[in-house]
Amino acid sequence: MTPLTPPSSAPPPGLVERLIDRAADAGLLDVAYAPVDTPLGTLVAARTPRGLAVLSYADVNGGVDAVAEQLAARLSPRVLEAPARLDDVRRELDEYFAGRRTRFDLPLDLGLVRTDFGRRVLRAAAAIPFGETRTYRDVAANAGNERAIRAAGSALGRNPIPIVVPCHRVLRAGGGLGGYTGGLERKAALLSIEGVLP
Amino acid sequence: MIPFQQVLDRHRDTVWRVCVATAGREDAEDAFQEAWLSALRAYPRLPEDANVEAWLVTIAHRKAIDVHRARARRPVPSDTLPERAAAPAPAPSEEDELWDAVRALPPGQRAAITLRYAGDLRPIEVAQALGISAEAARRRIADGLQSLRQEVQPA
Repeated sequence: MTPLTPPSSAPPPGLVERLIDRAADAGLLDVAYAPVDTPLGTLVAARTPRGLAVLSYADVNGGVDAVAEQLAARLSPRVLEAPARLDDVRRELDEYFAGRRTRFDLPLDLGLVRTDFGRRVLRAAAAIPFGETRTYRDVAANAGNERAIRAAGSALGRNPIPIVVPCHRVLRAGGGLGGYTGGLERKAALLSIEGVLP
Repeated sequence: MIPFQQVLDRHRDTVWRVCVATAGREDAEDAFQEAWLSALRAYPRLPEDANVEAWLVTIAHRKAIDVHRARARRPVPSDTLPERAAAPAPAPSEEDELWDAVRALPPGQRAAITLRYAGDLRPIEVAQALGISAEAARRRIADGLQSLRQEVQPA
């Protein structure tokens, strides 16, 4: 009768989902993530118990698994793929790209932003309304230091939650696009959705 | 550390097999959940060079024993006698019967056989999981297989 074959192979459907619910209830799910498909490509959304912490363009960050590894390194190794926990993020992004949403109602976790000034810059960017733009100088001023234009630019460049924190609405003083975490084509596409660019 | 999701993806089926082999199909789902919750709780403190599979198999084996024992001790409450027997369980496969026989082995052999063949641990890893010498682990595996042969061999 040897070799002894192990009992059959895979847990029944739904069991892992129930496990993830229990982990969240027990306070053991530090980071829930899921890929979200959008017209601008796949984004990886990740939330902590405090709110949405990451919205990452998968292609420029090495793919979904690489983003999960960054989450483990920077937030907590207790990272699980839990699409149901990002349903609201997926729905609001769908509505935004369909032209039916002009502001996001999602709790945010800016815990990945290391400096106080960086957090103020992102809050200033988050306050720019749909369809409007500001200069890097405006954002630096609204964050409390109008001379810190370069620092404001680099905080926007490291924005962990693009689109929802609309750093794409920040342009150069002369109207030039400046930079963007997902590439300038995406910045232009977002500004087109909002009617700023043709 | 690697994201826990990747640990789950890699070892989910092994942990499931250990739970089924140790606790039986009825208790395997509870055991599976308890094992992974326990692993998730401890994961951030796991040393970088740890053998993750052996660690998980050991946890799953312990949790499966706990769940199985707890249920065996808990009588099913019943105010009224059922009018008829409950629907019969699905017919056990040959494979399930074999693992039923494993669960009937003396505890030492049973643990060694489960870790070796359901958990796919090497004998040295079985020894570490059970806190016994490699020689003792090999002996328990051999004795367990011998008992199973006598048990399952058609007359």
